[in-house]
Amino acid sequence: MEMFNNLIYGFTVALTFQNLVYCFVGVFVGTLIGVLPGIGPLVTIAMLLPITFNLPPVAALIMLAGIYYGAQYGGSTTAILVNLPGETAAVVTCLDGYQMARQGRAGPALAIAAIGSFFAGCVGTLLIALFGPPLAEWALKFGAPEYFSLMLMGLVSAAVLAHGDMVKSLAMVVLGLLIGIVGTDVNSGMARYSFGIPELTDGIGFTVVAVGLFAVAEIVTNLESKERKEVFTSKIKNLMPTVADLKASFWPIVRGTGIGAFFGALPGTGPSISSFSTYMVEKKIAKDPSRFGKGAIEGVAGPEASNNAAAQTAFIPTLTLGIPGSATMALMLGALTIQGIAPGPQVMTSKPDLFWGLIASMWIGNALLVVMNLPLVGLWVQLLKIPYRWLFPSIIMFCAVGNYSLNNSPMDVYMCAILGVLGYTLAKLECEPAPLILGYVLGPLMEENLRRALLISRGDPTVFFTRPISLSFMLLTAFIAFIMIAPAIRKKKEEAYTSG
Amino acid sequence: MRFDLRNNKDFLAGLLMLAIGGIGFYMALDYPFGTTQRMGPGYFPRVLAGTLMAFGLYVLVRGVRVMEKVKGVWGFKALAFISLSLVVFGWTMDRLGMIPALVAMFFVSAYAGHEFRWKEVVVLTAVMTLLSVGIFIYGLGLPYPLIVGVGGY
Repeated sequence: MEMFNNLIYGFTVALTFQNLVYCFVGVFVGTLIGVLPGIGPLVTIAMLLPITFNLPPVAALIMLAGIYYGAQYGGSTTAILVNLPGETAAVVTCLDGYQMARQGRAGPALAIAAIGSFFAGCVGTLLIALFGPPLAEWALKFGAPEYFSLMLMGLVSAAVLAHGDMVKSLAMVVLGLLIGIVGTDVNSGMARYSFGIPELTDGIGFTVVAVGLFAVAEIVTNLESKERKEVFTSKIKNLMPTVADLKASFWPIVRGTGIGAFFGALPGTGPSISSFSTYMVEKKIAKDPSRFGKGAIEGVAGPEASNNAAAQTAFIPTLTLGIPGSATMALMLGALTIQGIAPGPQVMTSKPDLFWGLIASMWIGNALLVVMNLPLVGLWVQLLKIPYRWLFPSIIMFCAVGNYSLNNSPMDVYMCAILGVLGYTLAKLECEPAPLILGYVLGPLMEENLRRALLISRGDPTVFFTRPISLSFMLLTAFIAFIMIAPAIRKKKEEAYTSG
Repeated sequence: MRFDLRNNKDFLAGLLMLAIGGIGFYMALDYPFGTTQRMGPGYFPRVLAGTLMAFGLYVLVRGVRVMEKVKGVWGFKALAFISLSLVVFGWTMDRLGMIPALVAMFFVSAYAGHEFRWKEVVVLTAVMTLLSVGIFIYGLGLPYPLIVGVGGY
């Protein structure tokens, strides 16, 4: 019953006029920008982050969460209508969604994506309310060694399970940790890697890294090729799915929600692996697997539910343990830190309005998505026609002004340019930026916990293996790394990402 | 072809990691290492930079053995203009104010695209400058001069 009391408390926070407006604005702006072709959820969040910093913490987080699933849903719209995935998770939606659009069934595809996402979102919200508190309570017992091992597990599993090459992803985690070191060391007061630039003694700003690695790199990548995509705009007449569509989608949505909720809650895994797995499962158990890739509605319903469920449950490790599961969650965590809130299990008890208000607003945001998107589909379709040559300077504008406004200093904007060059180079060399940003966010915490753990143990590194909780994290880390090195399983992972 | 490493994906990635790791390690030599029990400010950076170099070496060697090429083309021109537009914005913002900075930024960044249409860029610049002044100056109340020397600044 406590859970319901908490949820009701959350709704009283989220339903205040002010927070409701921020939630609505977040979902609307998130969808608006997420729909624009070539702009994924990460870029959307990265470019809008600085705008939320002037809001009170609860409102800022509610708005960011709204932006997050608005952008995610907007991404699905682009995937279905233009066959242009904004992020890896949406690649799966392209497969059958775009085919449905070509058959003139864009309307039902969009509707089923919204309905599936809403169902998954409701379940996800309940799961956070159910598992969040006990997990946070358990995590309160963690000491420095446990935290270090947990972060190590999160980072290793993020690198290993992520899209792309495992060794390079691990290297990106390390690079991220190194970038996180830039600034003044809290213990010695020594400026590290500041290159004599006074602004750098405060560290490289979090939005600077996000904008450089994601926005600039993505824009340049998009500008490389001249590809033009056909947009199926004239054919959206029937929005509502038929009863047969709904029947066919029901179990895929339920299964997708389950798979997504599971993967989302694991530290280090995000929506992409869950939507890929859901697609594989649906294809396996379908009576006629050959329909997949040719416009099967199950291939839209399952993965869409799955990535939304994962997007929700990803908040569990982020909010209760302070360990982000994906790059997007790393951005949320960074936003929390900038608001002056130290992420971790104490957030729930010290800031109950923030925690429960955010959870309630997630449900409201999901409901808004369904209510808003179905009637507004016409508007989104119009947005798809905006040529990219108008879009990219405008994104750069938001990034530039936003980052300038953080410290009223051009240094942050210059750093964006430098990190943009790094981000693009890494993207070209197929080094994933997602593990990097996770490492960057966790870097200072990891060093601090390592230092404390070794101080308690008088320099004895076995401390990580003699305490039972820490030992289990270490064993899990080794297990995750080991199974992914095993050739058979690695092949499966590659299949999951490519075959789809 | 066999010895062409300039477009070898993993060779370049490894080289980049080695370089960053090397610089990181070298710079961290200035920070006291401390002991394992009492980690100094140089402890964690040196461990990380060393690890990055090890990964870099592995990736580099693998690149030489596998010889996989970088996919697609390098968008050097787009990268140059986008980065330049950010730098121009920052530089102009401090000296001339927000409107000149945005105008300069739009014109430079538009050169990163495939085609540069004067009329479109002018209209886009005007519309987006208005929007951004509306959001940032009036909406969020940021205290920046629109044009330095005009309107009391």
